[in-house]
Amino acid sequence: MQPAVEFRNISKAFGAVQANADVSFSIAKGSIHGVIGENGAGKSTLMSILYGYYNADSGQVLVDGQAQDIRTSHEAIALGIGMVHQHFMLVENMTVLDNVMLGNEGGFKLAARRGAVEATLREICARYRLDVDPLATVHDLSVGAQQRVEILKQIYRSAEILILDEPTAVLTAQETASLFEILRLFKEQGKTIILITHKLQEIMDITDEVTVMRAGRVVGAVQTRDTSKEQLANMMVGRPIQSELPRGPYQPGAEVLKVSGLQLKDANGVALLSDIDFTLRAGEVVAIAGVSGNGQSELLEILSGMRLPSSGSVEFLGQPLPYAGRANADGLPAAFRGLGIGHVPEDRLRDGVIKDFSVMQNTVFGYQDQGDVKGRFGLFDFKKIAQRCAGLMRDFDVRPNNPDLRIGLLSGGNQQKVVIAREVAACPKLMLVGQPTRGVDIGTIESIHTQLLRLRDEGVAILLSSVELEEVRALADRIIVMSGGRITGVLPVDEFDTTRIGLLMGGLHKS
Amino acid sequence: MEDFHIASIIVSTIRNAPVLMFAAMAGLFAERSGVVDIGLEGKILASAFVSAAVAYSTQNPWYGIAAGIAVSVALAMVQAFVAINQKGNQLVCGIAINIAMSGLTFVLAQFFFQQGGRTPDLGGARMADVVLPGTAAMENIPFIGWLYGHVIGNQSVLVYLAFLLVPIVHWTLYHSRFGLRLRACGENPHAADAAGVSVERTRYLAMLVAGVLCSFSGAYLAIVQSGFFLRDMSAGAGYLALTALVFGNWRPLYTVLGCLMFGMFGAIQIQLEGVDLPVVGRIPGSLIQMIPYVVTVVVLAGLMAKSVAPKAIGKPFVKSR
Amino acid sequence: MKKTELPRWATGFVLPILNLLSALVIAGFVIHLLGESPLESLEILVDSAIVNPEGLAYTMFYASTFIFTGLAVSIAMQAGLFNIGAEGQMYVGGLGLTLAMLAFDASLSPWLLIPAGMIGAALFGAAWAFLPGYLQAKRGSHVVVTTIMFNFIAASLMNYLILKMIPVGEQNPASRVFSSAAELPLLTSWFPVLGDTPLNICFLLAIVALVIYGLAVWRSSWGYKLRATGLNAHAAHYAGVKISRTIIVTMLVSGALAGLASVNSILGSTHYLSLNFPAGAGFIGIAIALMGRQNPVGIFLSSVLFGALIQGGFDLSLEKPNIPQETFIFIQGLIILFCGAMEHFYAPALLKLINLTGKKAA
Repeated sequence: MQPAVEFRNISKAFGAVQANADVSFSIAKGSIHGVIGENGAGKSTLMSILYGYYNADSGQVLVDGQAQDIRTSHEAIALGIGMVHQHFMLVENMTVLDNVMLGNEGGFKLAARRGAVEATLREICARYRLDVDPLATVHDLSVGAQQRVEILKQIYRSAEILILDEPTAVLTAQETASLFEILRLFKEQGKTIILITHKLQEIMDITDEVTVMRAGRVVGAVQTRDTSKEQLANMMVGRPIQSELPRGPYQPGAEVLKVSGLQLKDANGVALLSDIDFTLRAGEVVAIAGVSGNGQSELLEILSGMRLPSSGSVEFLGQPLPYAGRANADGLPAAFRGLGIGHVPEDRLRDGVIKDFSVMQNTVFGYQDQGDVKGRFGLFDFKKIAQRCAGLMRDFDVRPNNPDLRIGLLSGGNQQKVVIAREVAACPKLMLVGQPTRGVDIGTIESIHTQLLRLRDEGVAILLSSVELEEVRALADRIIVMSGGRITGVLPVDEFDTTRIGLLMGGLHKS
Repeated sequence: MEDFHIASIIVSTIRNAPVLMFAAMAGLFAERSGVVDIGLEGKILASAFVSAAVAYSTQNPWYGIAAGIAVSVALAMVQAFVAINQKGNQLVCGIAINIAMSGLTFVLAQFFFQQGGRTPDLGGARMADVVLPGTAAMENIPFIGWLYGHVIGNQSVLVYLAFLLVPIVHWTLYHSRFGLRLRACGENPHAADAAGVSVERTRYLAMLVAGVLCSFSGAYLAIVQSGFFLRDMSAGAGYLALTALVFGNWRPLYTVLGCLMFGMFGAIQIQLEGVDLPVVGRIPGSLIQMIPYVVTVVVLAGLMAKSVAPKAIGKPFVKSR
Repeated sequence: MKKTELPRWATGFVLPILNLLSALVIAGFVIHLLGESPLESLEILVDSAIVNPEGLAYTMFYASTFIFTGLAVSIAMQAGLFNIGAEGQMYVGGLGLTLAMLAFDASLSPWLLIPAGMIGAALFGAAWAFLPGYLQAKRGSHVVVTTIMFNFIAASLMNYLILKMIPVGEQNPASRVFSSAAELPLLTSWFPVLGDTPLNICFLLAIVALVIYGLAVWRSSWGYKLRATGLNAHAAHYAGVKISRTIIVTMLVSGALAGLASVNSILGSTHYLSLNFPAGAGFIGIAIALMGRQNPVGIFLSSVLFGALIQGGFDLSLEKPNIPQETFIFIQGLIILFCGAMEHFYAPALLKLINLTGKKAA
């Protein structure tokens, strides 16, 4: 039987970066095929070529045995290829029905086909147990439901080949299980599924065959039943991952942070955080585990002063943090920094750095009013700043070693190193870290982890949040699990158990 | 207070509103597709001048209107090019067009007509008001006669066009394929792109429609309301139209309500001049002139309505993968 | 090696000049359509504005005003705010100046009077920018439309007030003439070659303002926070910047600078407050901020250029009635278009050219 899709010698470069280099493999029809690799491995680029967003520099793409030159997403859709993106391509203030009809209206007057489309959608939902109301407005739907809308769109367009790009990044364990059921139903109907992911467990759970990519190349193509997580991990990374990082004994000191009854409601009264209580001591790492979107981001924003809680209190080194009596958090982060709270934000490009400033300018970011960067007349002393910057870049191995380079040009990992270096240099007593290694290449992940553990050994209290359970296990002394804005479980790291944590992440309280 | 004629206020409102209505509907198409249109003012001025000039030279208002459409569309295409291809700053582009047209219209008017930067009076080349059949017969019926003969009837063709456009624009935006695609481009262009819609093409079309609609505003101003072009005669109408959009939350019906509100303020303004009000006495003309602009600030301060702009407005669309 | 990005000298120097030339070429084309020779017009303009020393003095006199309005718009732009209201702020600043003059020009010495006037101008200009700044900071009302509205409101308000200020028996819509104590020291007293021109110490003050601006924006933490806010307000919040306060203070400073522009314009020439005295200087400030890319040297050069256009344009309009001064409003719009909205128009071609010549050299 012809493979559903075959890639032959696909190469694609963006400027100096070779995103895909001579990629060749085939995807069997009626299978669930996983494509696994770290950030920057080239998986998304390859799928974008298949879906018509990009054109390959060289090589061929064959669909059902025929060579195809797919130039637009329109053409890909016509060939029966559908794609469910990581960031949903939905117009939030329109109904599901309108979102499906977009691009596919069948005529100038919408009313002509609305009825027929609605009927078809209900039928598809029933057949695949998608549980979506075509007349619901998208922004009223849960994240899981929105993803099902994306899938519904593809099925409606008679997609026979379905590409899913990191579909479970935003799902709970339960929603993931539901999704996999749907995928199995598709497979029964003879559809081909391409699953892009970096999660080893998913590959083992659902796929029939796996292609491993690294640095733009294919480094392995195996049947899932013939391989293991360890083997896949090794292929993904190219070297054995150090499973244990050196850390000192667990000897937490005085209480640094005490959070009591923290609540956060958004503008519509929806509870984002409820009844958050926990403490943090010097010299310990507490990691918040949870699927993104369950309140961890908001919690860190509150603790760093970027946002006010609706109610509750936080004590830092015995003193309440200055939330009281304020209308908003404008300017508050400066006070928190002054008290000794450092913050490596989750979204470094949005919050942590100014992309167009140089590396050197970014090392002052957040600390621009302090005396140690100033000279005569209260103006900046650039010599002092340059010296400090050179030291930081050397100690944290920031590359390229050019302090005048715009920080936007550095790789994600090096940007993160600059942010961490800057915060560490201020000698905080509490370090808040959101997603420490998001968008960071594999080689840098280890050095960031080592750095954080060193801080812990020096007596800094560290509170970090991460969606990667492996990272949580590697760094934490204690683990807090959050789901739906609440703490669903607290456990020491030696009780780490993937299943139990998965259930807690999915919303089941500890018994 | 008998100096206030409610009747004439109503008629004036209907006569004032089209300038804003055409411009606001133009802005609606542009902004709903994701392109900020600060350049309404410049398009109004340009089409006002060209339509007056051509109407005078050919003694035919329809040629004037056609010429106005051409010019306004040309400017809209410049804006589209800057916003879509150059991915440039749409606010700056709009301001540039407004300033450029303010200067150029004067210079050209002066060059062609030598009358201090204005065009000559159109006189007979203006458009006659449409008198509805049976107006004379109904003249004596109280209220209904007035309503039929002087409110609904006895208006310029362009007035009817303005009001007729409202349901057409509404239907196009919400019940047509073009409208669906347009709204998607303004809310989430990546979604539209993923669905196979050409964001660039849709936005260009939106600007084309905006150019056409806006030209009627200028033509109405010059040919119907005044009978000539005068330097900077738009006097901020383009910005008032944008304010009506904010007021109407970028929805056609409410936006037009906003235009009618401004039209009413304009009508009351004229009535207020020279009138002795109780307590405050006679309000000077220059202070009365301020009213629409002050109202605009009040609306924009969110004191009148909470307003949500199209999500993707003003951001150039770059395919990001 | 093939470059993917333009080097600094290309973006900072070559592109702006290409953009300026584009605007001028189009303007030249229009002049040609008006039946005049663009080259001849250019010659008249350069002669009047630069070659002739008295004309040059006038050019610098106008430039002094424009430096202030250019600074006003530039500093707001650095914070991400598009202040279109410099015209109204300058107009109302003139009111502040006038009130100080009318109150004190009989009693105070020039050493106290002129600074008092400047403070009045700055305060009133700042006050006129306050509400748009406040509304942007607290209610998210877009500063572009609110400042435009305030321009219109200023026009009506000043219209009303100036008519009230007309001295008994006079017809001219203007206040009374200020006393001789209000005369600014003229630079001709130090450089007689400048002749009978209004170039005065405001020119020197403008240079000082440029230097202070440069130091404040690029060497102080206040300027650092300002630029951070303009580039990425989310990150600026993370860095502890008080965003609301930054927006409001920036608009106040911007308004004050625009207000100060009125000092040169009024005390340097007419010596009374007249209707519409700003004559578009606020809008020229926008063109200057964009063309000069908000840096002190760029602002200075652009201000001189526009000073030349105004001075030369005036003489040109006398000699060629088909090219009235409003032509330069048109040119202004073109410059704003090319320098502000289409700044990267020539970038791809320039990049290709650089790579081609790079290859040849290698």
